Amino acid sequence: MSSVVLPNPLHQFEVKEIFHLELMGIDISFTNVSFYMLLTSFCIIFFMFLGLYKTKLVPGRFQAVCEASFEFVEKMIRENTGEKGKSFLPFVFALFFFILLGNIIGMIPYAYTFTSQIIVTFCLAMLVFIVVTSVGLLRHGLHFLKLFVPKGLPVLLYPLVIFIEVLSYLSRPVTLSVRLFANMMAGHTILKVFAGFSVIMGAYFGIAPAIFTTLLMGFEFLVAILQAYVFAVLTCIYLHDALYLH
Amino acid sequence: MDVQAAKMIGAGLAVFGLLGVGIGIGNIFSSLIQAISRNPESKSQVLPIGLLGFALTEAVAIFALVIAFLILFL
Repeated sequence: MSSVVLPNPLHQFEVKEIFHLELMGIDISFTNVSFYMLLTSFCIIFFMFLGLYKTKLVPGRFQAVCEASFEFVEKMIRENTGEKGKSFLPFVFALFFFILLGNIIGMIPYAYTFTSQIIVTFCLAMLVFIVVTSVGLLRHGLHFLKLFVPKGLPVLLYPLVIFIEVLSYLSRPVTLSVRLFANMMAGHTILKVFAGFSVIMGAYFGIAPAIFTTLLMGFEFLVAILQAYVFAVLTCIYLHDALYLH
Repeated sequence: MDVQAAKMIGAGLAVFGLLGVGIGIGNIFSSLIQAISRNPESKSQVLPIGLLGFALTEAVAIFALVIAFLILFL
């Protein structure tokens, strides 16, 4: 074994307190995670404001970007949720751009990726779960429970299939959150591990891991965009289930 | 056995799941290439579905990788 100790690649996910806050005995301190979440929200609002505060018939650069992003999300909803899903455009839009900008801002060196915290992604996934369930219950009442019973099934199989369907429905927030969290966390850890290799291997051989890190960086940008897209598309598909019941 | 050695062997075993993921991603892209080469006009419809499948399959690999990292560094 070599005597060189690898720097711990999980160190980058440490939550640091910026200033201490307490509410009725509960620690609600302002941390670097909260700071980057605020920064992301601010960036989205700022760019949307920049693009849309003076709208013209022939769009300028910022307005064109805003309209293109708006149309992208609208197309995604139209294809995956259908016409009834149009009223959920603001919800999916906010969700998609919050996650996308969070992932992209996290790619800046020394910045913090708040989507690599399981609690953040779990809250987002739980929000989606609660919205989808309440939409289904409000639209269909108790008919919503038909979601768990596929059509044209022999009665004998009902207990088994209903059990599986309910379980898969309840595991949706978990899979949704863990997918995003694990992708971001593993990606950033791999980057750190290869950067550590290049430190260990010295000036000449260390170039190879450095080149690989550069390639991985490009892949991480792909993953950052793709995971935000997947999160939004799965939200649309779940909404489709709740609105149309299969 | 030394705990450190056992940890490293465990981390190596944990990424065995990548075997299936490799086959899965290969399958997805081979079907994607076939679909597009048979009907090039379907590209705009098929490509997002293919990428979605890729991301969902890749997530399984990432789960295995996270377990390996947790064993190694935590």
